[in-house]
Order: sequence, then C-alpha cells, then structure tokens
Amino acid sequence: MELTFYIAAAVAVLATLMVITRYNMIHALLYLVVSFLAIAIVFFTLGAPFMAALEVIVYAGAIVVLIIFVIMMLNLTYEDVQKEKEWLKPSVWVGPAILSLVLLAELAYMITAAEAPPAAAVVAVDARLVGMALFGPYVLAVQLSGILLMAGIVGAYHLGRQKKKVVHRFLQERSAAA
Amino acid sequence: MNAVSMEAGLLLAGILFLLGMISVMIRRNIIFMLISVEIMLNAAGLAFIVAGSRWVQPDGQIMFIFILTMAAAEVSVGLALILQIYHQLKTLNSDTANFMKG
Repeated sequence: MELTFYIAAAVAVLATLMVITRYNMIHALLYLVVSFLAIAIVFFTLGAPFMAALEVIVYAGAIVVLIIFVIMMLNLTYEDVQKEKEWLKPSVWVGPAILSLVLLAELAYMITAAEAPPAAAVVAVDARLVGMALFGPYVLAVQLSGILLMAGIVGAYHLGRQKKKVVHRFLQERSAAA
Repeated sequence: MNAVSMEAGLLLAGILFLLGMISVMIRRNIIFMLISVEIMLNAAGLAFIVAGSRWVQPDGQIMFIFILTMAAAEVSVGLALILQIYHQLKTLNSDTANFMKG
C-alpha cells in the first residue's frame, strides 16, 4: 500500500508539472485529469475510498468537462497556442518558481523536522461514518453549502447571459444617419 | 497493511499547492489561472484527507466534501466571468482586463 501511495504521488506531481507547462489548453486539461485520478488513488491508499470516488466524479468528471465546454465556446485557434508560448518565456517563470521553491524547502523542513508521530496503520473511514457526521454535527454547514451552490447557479446564469445592447431610439436614429 | 507516513502526504499536498501557485503567478491566460486555482484547492483537500486519515476521524473527509462544493460553485461562476471577459475584450489575456474602476 505504501508503494502504491508513492507511485501515485509521483504520477500526480509529474502530471501537475505537465499541466502548468503546456501551451495548448486541451492538452493541459488531459494532464489535469491524470493528476486528479492519481490523487484519487492517493485518497484510496489513505483510507478514504468514498472521497476517491467523489474526486473522480466531481473533479475529473464535472469540473473538467465544464472547462472543456467553455474552451469549445471560445473557438481558440493555433495562433492562441503560439501566443501562449510567447507569454510563457523563461524570464517570466524563473523568478516566481525560485521563490516558491524556497518556500517549499522551508515547508518540507518544518514538516520533517517536527516530532514524527508513530505511523499508525491505515484504517479506512468509510462512507457511513462520513455520512453520520455530515448530517449530525455538520448539518448547518451542509445547509450553508446548499445556499452556496444556489448562489453559484444564480451567479453563473446572471454573469453568463449575453445581454442585448439596448440603445435609445434617438441614438439609433443618429447611428442610422451616420 | 503498511502505514503511509503523514509527512509524505503533507509534502505531496505542499508540492501540489506550490505548483498551482507558481502557475497562477506565471500564466497570463485566465483559463489557466482558473485551472491552477483548482489544483490548489485540490491540494488543500488532500491535506485535510491526510489529517483525517492520521487520526481516523471523518472530519477531514467532510471538509474535503465542502471544498469540493466550493470548487464546483467557484468554477461555474469563474467560467461565466471568463465568457463575459472574452466577449467584451476578445482575448483571454488577464492583463487587458484592467479598466474596471470601481
């Protein structure tokens, strides 16, 4: 189980690296799906099988498909890929990458230098326990996330609507005369 | 069943979060920035799952469900905003959307 975790973790990191270095958006999304699937395997090895299923269904299924639909609506061409290549020059990414790597080194030091609790065997927390807690002590948060989803739907509908430009009739006459 | 150490899981979450953060900083394409935010949210959820697995409690997984809900709402609103920006500006360059004065 430990080896599975490390292989899946390596796949996830490599796939995420490929996501952030691609110029073509569809290629990046395919690697993103691979990354999400690898993280789902990580969840499985950590004893959270229900979350692994949710990761595949919601992230790799719904969210990525939503982004793909939007990319299809944008009618991107080969020129956009070239433009992306132009934008992502080494002079742009070297600085943030080095600074972030410094932060990562610090984080790794803090995680490994802390007193390591003895690693216990992985015990699966199954969906039944999660559901009991979700609709027991966390029921208020469930209602709040329902409100959040409702606000998301209404917001997406309102923002995504194409408004017809309404011009006053005097302006219409003027533009017709011009 | 062998144990997966908590440090390895937290390190994986940190690395993934960092990759997402680098991508948000270096990209100019607004869709790529949204994808990177998804990567970062996913890494945060992974940290919750690792902690929940360490103490064998369901709370970590519940937090992951909430993060999932928030990510879904966020991506739908974000994509609607991206569509509007693209229709207004005919480009995905986030640097051009700098004229919103309050």
